[in-house]
Amino acid sequence: MLSIENLHVSVADKPILNGLSLEVPAGEVHAIMGPNGAGKSTLSYTLAGRDGYQVTQGAITLDGEDLTVLEPNERASRGVFLSFQYPLEIPGVPALTFVRTALNAQRKARGEPEVTAPEFLKKVREKAKELRIDMEMLKRPLNVGFSGGEKKRMEVLQMALLEPRLLILDETDSGLDIDALRIVSEGVNALRSPERSMLVITHYQRLLDYIRPDKVHVLAAGRIVASGGPELALELERSGYDRYGAEAA
Amino acid sequence: MSAPMPRDLGRLDLAEPATFPSRRVEEWRWSDLRRILREAPPPSPAIAVEPGGPFAALGGTEVAFGNGRLPDGSSDAAFVGTGVLRLRFVSDATGTGHQASATVAVPEDGELLVLESHEGRGSAYASNVRIAFEAADGARLTRIVLLDDAADAISVEVAEVTRLGAGARFEQTVLTSGARLQRNETRVRHPGRQAAVRLDGLYALDGERHADLTSVVDHEGVGGETRQLTKGVVKDRARGVFQGRIIVEPGADQTDARMGHHALMLSDTAEIDAKPELEIFADEVACAHGNTIGALDQDALFYARARGMPEDEARALLTVAFLGEVVDGIEAEPVREIAQAWLGLRLAVEKTS
Repeated sequence: MLSIENLHVSVADKPILNGLSLEVPAGEVHAIMGPNGAGKSTLSYTLAGRDGYQVTQGAITLDGEDLTVLEPNERASRGVFLSFQYPLEIPGVPALTFVRTALNAQRKARGEPEVTAPEFLKKVREKAKELRIDMEMLKRPLNVGFSGGEKKRMEVLQMALLEPRLLILDETDSGLDIDALRIVSEGVNALRSPERSMLVITHYQRLLDYIRPDKVHVLAAGRIVASGGPELALELERSGYDRYGAEAA
Repeated sequence: MSAPMPRDLGRLDLAEPATFPSRRVEEWRWSDLRRILREAPPPSPAIAVEPGGPFAALGGTEVAFGNGRLPDGSSDAAFVGTGVLRLRFVSDATGTGHQASATVAVPEDGELLVLESHEGRGSAYASNVRIAFEAADGARLTRIVLLDDAADAISVEVAEVTRLGAGARFEQTVLTSGARLQRNETRVRHPGRQAAVRLDGLYALDGERHADLTSVVDHEGVGGETRQLTKGVVKDRARGVFQGRIIVEPGADQTDARMGHHALMLSDTAEIDAKPELEIFADEVACAHGNTIGALDQDALFYARARGMPEDEARALLTVAFLGEVVDGIEAEPVREIAQAWLGLRLAVEKTS
């Protein structure tokens, strides 16, 4: 379970998150919706441990373990996976090499043996097929020259291979057409499991038609201002964020 | 065959301190030899060199200098032929100096792969090597240079391509980890005539190491091509120097020349000095050069870490990837693998230092 308690985060000494509290039990999918500037990306980067996102108050724990004291790679090896809104291009590193290096680094950190090449390839083939990713593409440098949809499918492939306990999807729908959105969502839905918490961060309700959340939270001015069931997303789609902006101000 | 060594008034002779260039010589301004070497070093002792070296697995003919001497005691080798030539310069000395020279020639339409290794086993030695290359019409000469000198060594090498025939190819990749002062110089007289030159280089420097990759390609005739790509990374207090000069003489029309130098500074105390130059005196030419110096992409670094790679490992991965373009340019796969392994080891050493 992910537990966030009274979280305050500053970026360059400017407070962005102001007392955010949230719990995402294992097996549940929670959506965080909010207007631009509400702190959605700050929340995802803070959870992943990016430099410059300073936790000034509050706590973040995953299954009871304090995440705030851990490096980004240590968080990853404990099961945190942030799917980037804009996945990075890594010139010179074949996609397969990147993912295998990441997987083995995580396994090493957990004291597990490295995955063997045949084992790894078998799993990659299986997942790539589900996501309609050409194996040839995986030999090319990661994300270099990939379309928006291809980059997001690569993100889903990585989460499928890294098997995180906490999955954070940061604006995963941005830049996707309907077909790509469906493939990506199917990939994410296949990862729903009783052991896994998912946090879907999005501006628009559209993504939630495909990835159905158990709960929806509204983030405004750096804290959760409303929580409810899936119907809350539909209501936001109709009435917009204005009244939450007013409440938070 | 023993082609005469090219005349060069500025030629370095370790026995003659008057020939030691200082920074007052424009071409040596970033590699001031005289500052660290004022007197002639005592001559290095003779040593026996076991067959082998980093390219031993590639077979071919081995010519090995030990502290500047061949097994017969001479300091000048000549090779004419094709196939694989492993040219080794082993330095196993402390506080002494040695020099050697060689001429290498490839006959018409012949192909020669020169695998040159500078293997530093001693400490604070001074090594001075001079090589002349000739490739006859239609010949192909590929030269891979692995400079693996001691951190406190002085190492100077000048290679001259004195003759390149019509349609000949000279393709070079220099890989270096630097030394206290290391200069690797390549001079090419380019005849045009559909001959093609490729000069690639890679430097990975840490500690106080210094590597200077200097080259001059002089296009003297119509229809020549030159491609040059040098990439480097420096950290700690290391210093990388790139001086690339391409000259297109009057009348050397249809010259096609491209030069790129791209480097990463991994620490604020490291230094890179770069001077890419195109001097064009002909009209119908296609020439371009690019030069960039930057830091590792912080976003990419965070991305790799967020996927589980420890910072050192993520840095090493991105650094190898950055330099990989040069290594990938090595055509022969077994050689490329040796270069990759060497680079991986270099960066792993950096990691723990």
